[in-house]
Amino acid sequence: MPNPKTLRVRVDANKCQGHNRCKAVAPELFELDEYGNARASGDGRVPPGQEEMASLAKSNCPEFAVEVIEE
Amino acid sequence: MSTRPPVSDWATDWDHLDPRWVEDPYPIWDDLRQTCPIAHTNRFGGAYLPTRYQDIRAIAYDTQHFSSRKVAVRDVHPPNDRGAPPITSDPPRHRLARLVLLPPFTPAAVETLRPGAQAICNALIDAFIDTGGCDAAAEYAQHIPLKVMAHLLGVPESDGDRFRAWINATLQEGATDQPALMRALEEMTEYFRAPMLERRKNPGTDLISYLVQQKYPDGRLLTDNHVLGSVRLLLVAGVDTTWSALGAFIWHLAKTPEDRRRLVAEPDLIPTAIEELLRAYAPVTMAREVVAETEINGCPIKPGQMVLLSFPAANRDPAIFPDAERVILDRRENRHVAFGLGIHRCIGSNLARMELAVALEELLRRVPEFGLAGPVTWSKGTVRGPRRLPIRFG
Repeated sequence: MPNPKTLRVRVDANKCQGHNRCKAVAPELFELDEYGNARASGDGRVPPGQEEMASLAKSNCPEFAVEVIEE
Repeated sequence: MSTRPPVSDWATDWDHLDPRWVEDPYPIWDDLRQTCPIAHTNRFGGAYLPTRYQDIRAIAYDTQHFSSRKVAVRDVHPPNDRGAPPITSDPPRHRLARLVLLPPFTPAAVETLRPGAQAICNALIDAFIDTGGCDAAAEYAQHIPLKVMAHLLGVPESDGDRFRAWINATLQEGATDQPALMRALEEMTEYFRAPMLERRKNPGTDLISYLVQQKYPDGRLLTDNHVLGSVRLLLVAGVDTTWSALGAFIWHLAKTPEDRRRLVAEPDLIPTAIEELLRAYAPVTMAREVVAETEINGCPIKPGQMVLLSFPAANRDPAIFPDAERVILDRRENRHVAFGLGIHRCIGSNLARMELAVALEELLRRVPEFGLAGPVTWSKGTVRGPRRLPIRFG
């Protein structure tokens, strides 16, 4: 069996405008700064079982600022 | 009321104050999106109306050709020295005015206001629950953001009637009535001047106190004009908008019993449903002034003209939102733009979402069964929502 893929989330700080949708749909994967702008929690690694939440964070961002990267 | 000539052709003579638009704008936009995606009118000194998501998005991001110094398409405009930073600001000045306002409106900051909002909603429901029905716009929706905002600014809730009159004069009458607009701006400015000067001496914990302590990068405190402009903005932008969204949501649930019953049975769905209702009934339409010639989607755009930036129309574009005309409470992928896009994203979006969630949760918990009980009237202009919304319980 091949190794399972690792997923990471990433927030493009130049695009994020603080809509807070990623934090709402995937609260463990994102954190907010003092202005309410988002960044990935820790190293952005998506724990098993949260893949769908990562994908929802991406598809609910109005600014297209959230990326989900396969490694 | 001024009399306006009826619209002859929506593609070349559109008017968002026309009674047909006010009553039901969605078919007009759906038709234009197919036939003339960037409509124009010679009314209001000349203005464009894009209805496709991609074009609205492009304009929202393009601060070089599209200025925010005028943020409404109207017959008359407030003078430039009565700007309300940051909504009327362009880069580079916009950034500081916005950064200053962001910390008091983060999700964590807004969360501290939730118990107060719950108490406000329940007191309002107490007042009408035994009467068999109510005007859900006038007796419920409008009071919630007004009371929360009074609390946030540290001014008496009992001045709510005056706030409502100013908001109405700014956003409704003010579109066509310059004296009413100017009077409201002056009265608001004078009303907040005294508390602002007082907070400069004795700051408390309210938002006016917070603002008078903020500084420009060179170390000077924000000017009186800046503070008063931002306070006017918070009052005008933070009340009518949420009240209109909430009214429209209650209207939808009153006429769609299956959706109402579903939210009563599945209250955990409310946050997701709110996003869908925001998409379908986004209350706020902004505007930009064209300041340099450009092209959008092949259409030449001329300086001096206005653009009606209809986020509600973008939200109904079927190219982006499948079944855009249907409300799907559990729609999972929803990049709606009810709070705008780019650097002017609504600062109060977290506050609005909290108020909307609390107001729906409390209403559905205590009045699970209700339906429409009479004709509904809608506001016109920058913000769309029901102004009369009679409902019957049970």
